[in-house]
Amino acid sequence: MTLTLTRPGARTASARARRRRTALTWIATHALAVAAALMFLGPLAFIALTAVMTDQQALTSELWPRRWEWGNFADIFQRAPLLTWIVNSLMYAGLATVFMLLSSVPVAYALARLRFRGRGPAFLLVVTTMMLPPQVVAVPVYLVWARFDLTGTLWPLILPMLLGDAFSIFLLRQFLVTIPREYSDAARVDGCGELRTLLRVILPMARPAIAAVALFQFFYCWNDYYGPLLYAGTDPSHWTLSLGLASFKTVHRVQWNLTMAATLLAMAPVIVVFFFAQKAFIEGVKLTGVK
Amino acid sequence: MATTALGRRGGAAPARLRGRNRGGLTALLFLSPWLIGFSVFFAYPLLATVYFSFHRYDLFTLEWVGLLNYRYLLRDEAAWTAIRNTLWLVVVMVPLRVAFGLGVAQLVTRLKAGTGFFRTIFYLPSLVPLVAGTLGFVFLLNPGTGPVPAILSGLGLPSPDWFGDPSWAKPGLTLLALWSVGDLMVIFLAALLDVPKQLYEAAALDGAGPWQQFFLVTLPVIRPVVMFAAVTGVIQTLQYFTQAMVASRVASGATDSAGTVFVPGYPDGSTLTFPEWLFHQGFRDFAMGYACVLALILFAVSMVFTLILLRQFRGLTEEEA
Repeated sequence: MTLTLTRPGARTASARARRRRTALTWIATHALAVAAALMFLGPLAFIALTAVMTDQQALTSELWPRRWEWGNFADIFQRAPLLTWIVNSLMYAGLATVFMLLSSVPVAYALARLRFRGRGPAFLLVVTTMMLPPQVVAVPVYLVWARFDLTGTLWPLILPMLLGDAFSIFLLRQFLVTIPREYSDAARVDGCGELRTLLRVILPMARPAIAAVALFQFFYCWNDYYGPLLYAGTDPSHWTLSLGLASFKTVHRVQWNLTMAATLLAMAPVIVVFFFAQKAFIEGVKLTGVK
Repeated sequence: MATTALGRRGGAAPARLRGRNRGGLTALLFLSPWLIGFSVFFAYPLLATVYFSFHRYDLFTLEWVGLLNYRYLLRDEAAWTAIRNTLWLVVVMVPLRVAFGLGVAQLVTRLKAGTGFFRTIFYLPSLVPLVAGTLGFVFLLNPGTGPVPAILSGLGLPSPDWFGDPSWAKPGLTLLALWSVGDLMVIFLAALLDVPKQLYEAAALDGAGPWQQFFLVTLPVIRPVVMFAAVTGVIQTLQYFTQAMVASRVASGATDSAGTVFVPGYPDGSTLTFPEWLFHQGFRDFAMGYACVLALILFAVSMVFTLILLRQFRGLTEEEA
């Protein structure tokens, strides 16, 4: 009751002060956000600006191109077999993604929605294999592929995807457990077998998660450097874009402007696809966290 | 009812039980790709790694050497440099990334306008291919041509030789890691938005300021997510390879002329990470037995952190069962 008795003038004054404080906080946080945005975008901007500089200007520390040298993007295709690398990357990423989906979706479905003994330990094994560094088993696995005479190609990276990918299984499983039991129960009452239930009922509902793992897998392969470095060998005609890009500057003794043009080329597909499929990406990343 | 789910061939079994039987078989069928994959690409190679670790093997001759590879590790200075570097990355890079990711996520929750726009921009760099991002940063920090030294000297500040200076190469890689913090930010952002609003209101009523609210309300609630991010961060950092390899190759200006093998770690071993040395020993020097010793060390350390992570997951799977 005492509160209502305070002088009206004092009350509006404190309200005004509070409003001013909120306004100042608003400005401060948004200014901070703009500064952070500039920091995150800065590197991309400088890479892009350097990519269109002339050879001479790229040797200086100037930030803005004096003449826009769009020919650089054509030039890099002359300097290195970029087209072959892009085709190899697309083949690696495309096949790996399709194979991964074919093998991992049923596994994730079983782990998430079928009741069987050993399901808990099986899931923990999936998480374990997902977490352990690929380098741990690299030597024996390499020797297996060497015996099949497949080292020097990208097949040792593509074919295992037919046998499931732990990270994708994990991600899909995390999504599939969130679908209410009633849906599959209803399908079972209607006489659907597990395969039909998976294909007709669960898959359509899991489309966002499937899109997310497919995108992750595709870009994991597109970005992969360690795998191709280990298996693609010394013949540049078997290299991927990531592998070729890493040796672009040193092998071809090119300028920073051309190196940055090639760098931009490797980034472009990822960034373009991201803007079209932003939601799938974000939802996918959220699935990787624990809830 | 306590019959085993598999291995019972009963024509006379009750319908319910047969349904369970079929369930087990279906599960086995669905799991079969992964079960084969696990055996061929994980279980067998792990055992083979142990086997090779007691041998000298260079792709041609296999010779039992007992503990020689293990004893060599004690004298291998490069291995210890690599261990020290990887440890540096775990101790410095992981906490910085977690703190920075949390800070950026917190900033996004405070925004009233343009939330989606800023979230997109903060997330974007984490999508940039590792090789491309690394090349970009080597250029950005490159003395003489890079914008960062140019800007620093424009402000009258000294700029180190980053990827050419042994004491600045790892900090350079850390900057790259902070730039691509977006994936962590998205995970933290989801967790922050799940914190019940009432808790903040109650804390504000009790007179808690923004910092107190963060440490007394936010952090305790999202602690499991921060733990998860830290542990997975450590596991990922133990595998840190691509950025160090690409940065040292490009910064050193080494050419891949025939017959020469590039030794990672430029400048002066400062960026040599443990997986890099494993790779170099196994696949460039073809000391495959010794590489298996390094692999087993990596396995043991990663396993410790994976077990910490699994404890969180075991809690989760039991809840659902």
